[in-house]
Amino acid sequence: MEKCYLMTAVVLLGLTVRWTVSLNSYSGAGKPPMFGDYEAQRHWQEITINLPIKQWYFNGSDNNLQYWGLDYPPLTAYHSLLCAYVAKFINPDWIALHTSRGYESQAHKLFMRATVLIADLLIYIPAVVLYCCCLKEISTKKKIANALCILLYPGLILIDYGHFQNIYNSVSLGFALWGVLGVSYDWDLLGSLAFCLAINYKQMELYHSLPFFCFLLGKCFKKGLKGKGFVLLIKLACTVVASFILCWLPFFTEREQTLQVLRRLFPVDRGLFEDKVANIWCTFSVFLKIRDILPHHIQIMISFCFTFLSLLPACVKLTLHPTPKGFKFTLVSCALSFFLFSFQVHEKSILLVSLPVCLVLREVPFMSTWFLLVSTFSMLPLLLKDELLMPSVVTVMAFFIACATSFSIFEKTSEEELQLKSFSISVRKYFPCFTFLPRIIQHLFLISVITMVLLTLMTVTLDPPQKLPDLFSVLVCFVSCLNFLFFLVYFNIIIMWDSKNGRNQKKVN
Amino acid sequence: MAAVGVATGGGNWFSALALGVTLLKCLLIPTYHSTDFEVHRNWLAITHSLPISQWYYEATSEWTLDYPPFFAWFEYALSHVAKYFDQEMLNVRNLNYSSSRTLLFQRFSVIFTDTLFVYAVHECCKCIDGKKAGKELTEKPKFILSVLLLWNFGLLIVDHIHFQYNGFLSGLMLLSIARLFQKRHMEGAFLFAVLLHFKHIYLYVAPAYGVYLLRSYCFTANKPDGSIRWNSFSFLRLISLGLIVFLVSALSLGPFLALNQLPQVFSRLFPFKRGLCHAYWAPNFWALYSALDKMLSIIGLELKLLDPSKIPKASMTSGLVQQFQHTVLPSVTPLATLICTLIAILPSIFCLWFKPQGPRGFLRCLILCALSSFMFGWHVHEKAILLAVLPMSLLSVGKAGDASMFLILTTTGHYSLFPLLFTAPELPIKILLMLLFTIYSISSLKTLFRKEKPLFNWMETFYLLGLGPLEVFCEFVFPFTSWKLKYPFIPLLLTSVYCAVGITYAWFKLYVSVLTDPPVGKTKKQ
Repeated sequence: MEKCYLMTAVVLLGLTVRWTVSLNSYSGAGKPPMFGDYEAQRHWQEITINLPIKQWYFNGSDNNLQYWGLDYPPLTAYHSLLCAYVAKFINPDWIALHTSRGYESQAHKLFMRATVLIADLLIYIPAVVLYCCCLKEISTKKKIANALCILLYPGLILIDYGHFQNIYNSVSLGFALWGVLGVSYDWDLLGSLAFCLAINYKQMELYHSLPFFCFLLGKCFKKGLKGKGFVLLIKLACTVVASFILCWLPFFTEREQTLQVLRRLFPVDRGLFEDKVANIWCTFSVFLKIRDILPHHIQIMISFCFTFLSLLPACVKLTLHPTPKGFKFTLVSCALSFFLFSFQVHEKSILLVSLPVCLVLREVPFMSTWFLLVSTFSMLPLLLKDELLMPSVVTVMAFFIACATSFSIFEKTSEEELQLKSFSISVRKYFPCFTFLPRIIQHLFLISVITMVLLTLMTVTLDPPQKLPDLFSVLVCFVSCLNFLFFLVYFNIIIMWDSKNGRNQKKVN
Repeated sequence: MAAVGVATGGGNWFSALALGVTLLKCLLIPTYHSTDFEVHRNWLAITHSLPISQWYYEATSEWTLDYPPFFAWFEYALSHVAKYFDQEMLNVRNLNYSSSRTLLFQRFSVIFTDTLFVYAVHECCKCIDGKKAGKELTEKPKFILSVLLLWNFGLLIVDHIHFQYNGFLSGLMLLSIARLFQKRHMEGAFLFAVLLHFKHIYLYVAPAYGVYLLRSYCFTANKPDGSIRWNSFSFLRLISLGLIVFLVSALSLGPFLALNQLPQVFSRLFPFKRGLCHAYWAPNFWALYSALDKMLSIIGLELKLLDPSKIPKASMTSGLVQQFQHTVLPSVTPLATLICTLIAILPSIFCLWFKPQGPRGFLRCLILCALSSFMFGWHVHEKAILLAVLPMSLLSVGKAGDASMFLILTTTGHYSLFPLLFTAPELPIKILLMLLFTIYSISSLKTLFRKEKPLFNWMETFYLLGLGPLEVFCEFVFPFTSWKLKYPFIPLLLTSVYCAVGITYAWFKLYVSVLTDPPVGKTKKQ
């Protein structure tokens, strides 16, 4: 562990970058009457500390749900309450009921940014460091390089520290990462506990829930459902139920409370998508306005079917062959399916896909780096709105340089390195001349990067035509969506052809 | 194939380090900037909108032009780019003007001119052969040296937060040192002469250059025992050196000589009217001296040995740059500091003359000159410590002894820069960056010299660890105590006195090691 100091340096560098980004503007700065996500977070602190727990999720004279009402699970609310106590200690004006609406000051910004940094430092960063230290079969230097790349991932930094999302992504993603760590290293109960916390912090973590479920179920099957497997299953079920009950305890007193919270968490009466999201529905509605044509319940049905179908193969595969590697890839493909096809997706939800992609950086460095670049690009309109152009460009470049240097990604584009060997072999049985795949992928990468750079430049410099004010943001969504579809196919191919590869390796061994 | 990989890998890491730090600098753009920002904006305006004859007379702003002519020309060149960003910043009467475009331009001008620094570091890494330790990249002296220079904490916060152009000036100095190491003496001399006309603070290290070039370049051979061989003197070399220095000076000062303005230029360059210490005491000998004086006067007042009515009111830490009378100890005049500085520099110069040890010996002498003048100079800024820290980095990867002195000097010197950034948003940045640099420098040098005796003895370890509690007290405890209103200067006083101890110690230790080192001839025999 003599390289410990390098890991410390990496963490410190990550923290420095985070803090410097946080000096920039945040969403809704000085924009009354609604302000932005920053105000939402502050408002929740105001609500949670001043109102009794029973009124948190209910509309009332003191709690106008139209003005940034609480719409995240209880753990978020508890976290807000905790922050509110600190805020009250420093300056009660920040969270005074009613009068503090739209409160903005330099000191308050500093406080809010500090809460993010502390949450990140306590939950997300230790998980990343531990994850990288636990990686097997690579040198210490590579582990540190891996940690550097994950910590420098620009999407998460920009959303949490620049935009200031009304929910701390680093907390929910950090808990999910603890869950992945626990489950991968056979601490199943702790892992599922951590993941339950993640879901109870942010309901979007449900994107990750199916792989968790399938992986654990697969493990139980493997141990034999009549013996040890059954015991494990019971234990897991108890852990999950217990942790949920613990989190929801104050809301179980009345049936109406629980239902109201659930209604707030899953607002099905909202549309198929909001704003501009790089998913199928938003892209498709450029050509056909689905939102207006189809009735509401049909929209829900369609999106449900598509999501279900797209993630079915990977999940079935994982249940039958539960391996940690397959688990990580399934996390990627499931989250991506949810992002592309499910109902009411936000552009920031791409971070839920990015986290598992960060975890497979080592296995498929080239593709992961590419994906992470696209994912940051897909949030461009949002970042521009918050005047975060400069930090975005800088952090993206830093991330790219870090990945390119530590993994030398451009030398890793052979079939083997892309994990497409077994796929190409099986295709070659029918088309013997199928050898051009790596080259195609390299060209696609170039095209995609050039398009992203050009679109960014155009968005920044040109004014859109008057008839189409959203031209550039729609184009950004369209391009990102195409990329994401390609990645969905790619990751599914890896998952489906994985076991053959594994068997080959065993033979070699 | 493997060789190709190593070769590309070898080049890649340097550009990755340089690009990485450049991106970090870009992230620092929105941070706090000091009045130096306005100083340089004003100089842009002066050089852009006024004829040369008025550059050193213009006094609309209190920040008059007080750097040598080359720097003025440098600002003149910058101003022709600046006009495309924002014409308004080039107006002399637009005092304290600041727009987002001005900010961007000024910050980017620093980042961009740092390219010279990066190039200089690249050259230095080529000619410094440190201790050969591990095969791994992160254990190579060149890698460590480039991190220590490129990611230097002091440069980052002074240039890219506080705002100054030290990076590009230090680049010139490092480049000239590298040229001397590469035996390209004329180039080295030329670069240094140019540097002198950019910023005259480098006069402090000029003796080292002068003596080294005279001794090791103008005399072409030594006797076997290392002493001087008088008949090997080359007049041609001396004349060419003199010509270079003369031409550079003529180019810089000539126009002002022609305008008959030299006295005015010099009165701007050497403002002896300022006080002994800067607003915040630089951690040098005079800080210790003044602290002792203050302590004695307090003791004197307590014991009723002093008459309170006779004590001058001007407190040294009141924040104004002004003349100051010591209470108990004799007051210090500019002449006294000059003599002290000269006395402190002399032994190292003698050493360079009588025990020439090639470029390494020159480098040590240069560092000693920089440190001695920092210790005893008149109105020294705390930022001047960078003058010693950067060249010292070159030494640190060579020998374990040098490494330990470097670490003490750098850590305390960098910590003494903390009061430069006093705003809350920058607090985490300075702490994080300081930790980053300190942890990296200490651990990497420890790894490099792990087979030799430990770098620090218990006393040094204790002293360095003490910086942590000091920071906690100054920034986190003190503001909440009742002393804050009564004695607002205590954190600054503590910081500068504590750091002065460390820097004096490092200076002393370096001096002892230079004076006691055997000359080259003997080491070769061993």
